[in-house]
Amino acid sequence: MFSNPDLMKFIFGRLTLDSIPYHEPILVATFIGVMIGGIAVLGLITYYRFWGALWRDWVTSVDHKKIGIMYVILAIIMLVRGFSDAIMMRIQQAIAFGGNEGYLPPHHYDQIFTAHGVIMIFFVAMPFVTGLMNYVVPLQIGARDVSFPFLNNFSFWMTTAGAIIIMLSLFIGEFAKTGWLAYPPLSGIAYSPDVGVDYYIWGLQVAGIGTTLSGINLIATIVKMRAPGMTFMKMPVFTWTSLCTNVLIVASFPVLTAVLALLALDRYVGTNFFTNDLGGNPMMYVNLIWIWGHPEVYILILPAFGIFSEVVSTFSGKRLFGYTSMIYATCVIMILSYIVWLHHFFTMGSGASVNAFFGITTMIISIPTGAKMFNWLFTMYRGRIRFDVPMLWTVGFMVTFVIGGMTGVMLAIPPADFVLHNSLFLIAHFHNVIIGGVLFGMFAGLNYWFPKAFGFKLDPFWGKVSFWFWQIGFFVAFMPLYVLGLMGVTRRVSQFEDPSLQIWFVIAAIGAGLIALGIAAFFVQLFVSIRNREALRDLTGDPWDGRTLEWSTSSPPPEYNFAFTPVVHDLDCWYDMKKRGYKRPLGGFRPIHMPKNTGTGAILAAISIAFAFGMIWHIWWLAIISFVAMIAVAIGHTFNYNRDYYIPAETVTATENARTRLLAGQN
Amino acid sequence: MSKTRTHLATPETDVPEFYQTDEHHPEGSTMLGFWIYLMSDCLIFAVLFAVYGVLGRNYAAGPSPVDLFDLPLVAVNTAMLLFSSITYGFAMLWMEKGAKARTLGWLAVTGVFGAIFIALELYEFHHLIHEGAGPQRSAFLSSFFALVGTHGLHVTFGIVWLITLMVQVSKFGLTIENKRRLMCLSMFWHFLDVVWIGVFSFVYLMGVLG
Amino acid sequence: MSSHPHAAAQDAADTHHGHSHGHEAGHGTFRGYMTGFVLSVILTAIPFWLVMSGIIESKALTAVLVMGLGAVQIIVHMVYFLHMNPRSEGGWTVMALIFTLVLVGILLSGSLWVMHHLNYNMMPMSPEVMKNMP
Repeated sequence: MFSNPDLMKFIFGRLTLDSIPYHEPILVATFIGVMIGGIAVLGLITYYRFWGALWRDWVTSVDHKKIGIMYVILAIIMLVRGFSDAIMMRIQQAIAFGGNEGYLPPHHYDQIFTAHGVIMIFFVAMPFVTGLMNYVVPLQIGARDVSFPFLNNFSFWMTTAGAIIIMLSLFIGEFAKTGWLAYPPLSGIAYSPDVGVDYYIWGLQVAGIGTTLSGINLIATIVKMRAPGMTFMKMPVFTWTSLCTNVLIVASFPVLTAVLALLALDRYVGTNFFTNDLGGNPMMYVNLIWIWGHPEVYILILPAFGIFSEVVSTFSGKRLFGYTSMIYATCVIMILSYIVWLHHFFTMGSGASVNAFFGITTMIISIPTGAKMFNWLFTMYRGRIRFDVPMLWTVGFMVTFVIGGMTGVMLAIPPADFVLHNSLFLIAHFHNVIIGGVLFGMFAGLNYWFPKAFGFKLDPFWGKVSFWFWQIGFFVAFMPLYVLGLMGVTRRVSQFEDPSLQIWFVIAAIGAGLIALGIAAFFVQLFVSIRNREALRDLTGDPWDGRTLEWSTSSPPPEYNFAFTPVVHDLDCWYDMKKRGYKRPLGGFRPIHMPKNTGTGAILAAISIAFAFGMIWHIWWLAIISFVAMIAVAIGHTFNYNRDYYIPAETVTATENARTRLLAGQN
Repeated sequence: MSKTRTHLATPETDVPEFYQTDEHHPEGSTMLGFWIYLMSDCLIFAVLFAVYGVLGRNYAAGPSPVDLFDLPLVAVNTAMLLFSSITYGFAMLWMEKGAKARTLGWLAVTGVFGAIFIALELYEFHHLIHEGAGPQRSAFLSSFFALVGTHGLHVTFGIVWLITLMVQVSKFGLTIENKRRLMCLSMFWHFLDVVWIGVFSFVYLMGVLG
Repeated sequence: MSSHPHAAAQDAADTHHGHSHGHEAGHGTFRGYMTGFVLSVILTAIPFWLVMSGIIESKALTAVLVMGLGAVQIIVHMVYFLHMNPRSEGGWTVMALIFTLVLVGILLSGSLWVMHHLNYNMMPMSPEVMKNMP
C-alpha cells in the first residue's frame, strides 16, 4: 500500500509524514506539553465520571448562560495561546540583533505573528465579547433565553471548530506566513503553495458562520424578546451596544466570508480575482477585507463601551450621565464605521480626494467616542465611587484608551500615515486601543458579572494584582514601540541590524513579562476565588447594588432566568424596583416553557472540522463525505419537531422556595 | 399583555406591577431572524457584484461578454425563475387555505422550474468552459462565474430545501411549524429572484451592451 | 452550506407561539401575485428587447434604462412577492432593508471609486488597452 503513490495521494491528499513538524524542537515540546495537559484533563473527567454530565449539561446545552460561559472559557484558553505567541515574538526581537539570529527562524516567526493576530481577534476578543453578550443580554432584557436557542449552541460550536482548525495547524503542517489578513498575492497559490493559508481560510470560514448566526440570533432576541415596558430608550446601555455590535456583525461578516471564498477560489480553482496576471487585482482584496475589517474593530469595542457604561454607573451609584447621547453616539459610530475603511491603506495609491475623504471621516468618528468618554467622566463626577476591581479596569481603560485614540487620530491624517504606516507605531496604536479598550473591558465585565454567573465574587486582591500588572505591563511593553515606530522600524521583522534599537525591544520584552504576570495573577485569582468561594459567596444575587434587570434574579440564575417575566418602568429598572419596594414573588408559579437540549450543533461543528481538514489537505473523499453528512444531519434535524418542554410548576416552586429559605437564612 | 399595558399607565404614587403573573409570550422571532439572514446574504452578493463591477472589464485579451453571452438563453432562464416565483406564490395561497395537496402540487411545479433554471445554467457554464472561457481565463470570467455560480448554488440549496419541506408537509401536514418554514423558503426564493434581476441587468444586458 | 442550516435552525423556543403568527407577516392575495407577475414580465421584457434589438442609438441611455427598469422590478418583487410593507414586524424588516441597501450602496460605490483611483494612479491607461492587456 505504501508503494502506491496514487493511492496514498488519494487517501491522504497532501498529508505526509513530513507534514508533522517533529524536527522543530519548540513545537515538539509544545506538543508534549499539550498532550500531558490534555491527557490530564481527560483523565480527570473520566475519574470524576463527568463525561455524561459534560455532554448533557454543557455540550448539548441550549441555555444561553452556559453557552456564554463556554464562549468565555474558549476565549481564555485561546488568550493563553495568543499570548504565548506574543511573548515568543517579544523575546525573539529582544535578542536578534547584530548577527544574532535569535531562536526563531523567519518562517516560524512569520507563522507566529500571523497566528497571534488571527487568534487574538477571532478567537479571543470575538468569543469573549460574544460570550458576555450571550450571558448578559437575555438577563438584562428580562428574557428566558435567546430567540433561537439551538442556533446559539450551533454558533458556539462552529466558533470552537474554527479555533480547533487553527490549533491543528500547530502540529499538522503549518500556519499562514502572511500576516493576519493574508493579503494576496503573497497568500495566493503562487507564493504560498502550502497549507498555511488554507488553514487560515477554513478556520475563519467555519468560525465566521458561527459569528454571523450568533449576530442574527442576538438581534432578533433584542428586538423581539424584551420584557414588557422596556422600550428602546429604556434598554440598558450594554444591550444597546450589543444590538449595534450584532448589527455590525451581520452586516460585515458576510463580506469577510465572500472575500475569503474568492481567495479560496483563487487557490483551489485557479481563478484570477487577486492574482497578478490575467486581469486579477490584489488591491481589490485589500479593499474588500477592510470593508469587513473596520467594522470589526467596532464590533469589538462597542460591547466594551457598554460594559464600562454599566460599571461606571453602578460603581458611582448614579444614573449614567447622558444616556441618550450615549445611545446616539453608539449608533453614529455604527454607521460611520462603514465609511472609514480606506484609512487602513492610505499608502496603496489612491488619489488625494479619496484619501482626504476617508481621513476626514476617520477623524469624525473620534467625536462620538470622545463624547462617550465625557459621559463616563460626568457620571463619576460627584458620584460615590467604589473602586472595586471592575471600576479599576474602567479607570485604567479611560487613561489608556484616550492615548490610543489620540495616536489613532494622528494616523488618520494621510500625510502622517505615509510616514507611520506599517511601522511599530501602528502596532503600538492598535494594541493601545484593543488591549486598553477591548481587553480591559472584557476583564471589567468578567469581574463584574462573574458573581452573577457563579454565585460568588472573584477575589479582589488578586484581581487588583492582575490589573496593576496588566496596566503597567501594557505601558512598558508598548510605549517603546511608539518610539521605535517614530524612528521608522517596520512591523513583522524578526532580526535587526542597528544595535542602538535593542534597548527599546528589551524594555518591551520586560513589559510583555509584566503582562504575563498579570495573566498569571488572573489565574491565581480564579483559583483563590474558587477555593474561598464560601467566603466570597453572594446570596442576594445583587452583590454590587446593581441597577439593571440581571441583578434582580438569583446568582447563578435558575435555568428559566425569571420565574415571572419582569415589567419595566424605568431605565435603571432594578434600581427603580428596589427603590419602590419591589417584593419578590413567593407563589403562584406556573409551568415554564423551555427549549430542549440537542447535540446537533456539536455534531455539525465536528463534521465541519472534518470537512475543513479534507479541504486543507486536498483529501477530497473526506471533504465530499463530510459535506454530504453535514447536509444530511442538518436536514435530519429539521425532522425533529419535538424541541421544547415545560418545567413543571412544582419544580419552579421548589427552586424559588429554596431561594426564599436562603435569603431568609441570610437575614 | 393588555393587562400590563394598562398598569404601565398607572400613576407613580401606588406601587406598580413589577412582574407579570401570566405567562409572557414574546412574538415569534423566526420571520425577522430569517429576514436578517437574507440581508446578510444580500451583502455576500453585494461583494460579488462589486468584484464584477471592478474586474468585469479585465478580459486579459480573452473573450468579452459580447462574444460569450447568449441573450435568448438568458431570457428563457429568467422566465423560468419568474414562473417559479409565481408558482411559489400560488403554493403559498393554497397553504393559507389549508389545501395540502394543491400546496404540494404547486411546490412541485416550482421545484421543476427551479431545476430547469439550474439545468440551463449548467449547460451555459459547460458551453463556456468548453469554448475555453472557463473561470481561469480572465478576471472578468472569474467574477462572472463567481457571481452567477453563487446565485445558482443558492437556487440549488433552495431546491434541496423545497424537497425537504415537501416531504415534511406530506408527512406531517400543514402544521404551524411547516407553514412557517414554507414562509421562510418563500422569502428565500423570492429573494433569489430579486438577486437574479440584478444579475441579468448588470451582468448580461450591460455586458452585451458593451 | 449557506442556506440549509438556517432553515434547520429556526424555531425551538417559539414553536408554541404559532398563534401570534397570523398577523405578523403580510400575506399575498391571488390578485397581488398576478399583478406582480404581469409587471415583472413587462419589466423584464422591455430591457431584453432594448438590448437585443438595439433600438436606441445611445448606449448610455440604454444602460440607464436597463438599470432603471431593473431597480423598478426589484421594488415590484419586494412589494408583491416579498410583501414588504412598513408595518410588518413593527417596521423592522423595512428598516433592516434600508440599512442593508445603504451598506450595499456604500460597498459598491466605494469599491468602484477606490479601485478606479488605484487603477488610475497605478498604471494610467485607456479602457481599450486594459481590455486587451494580458
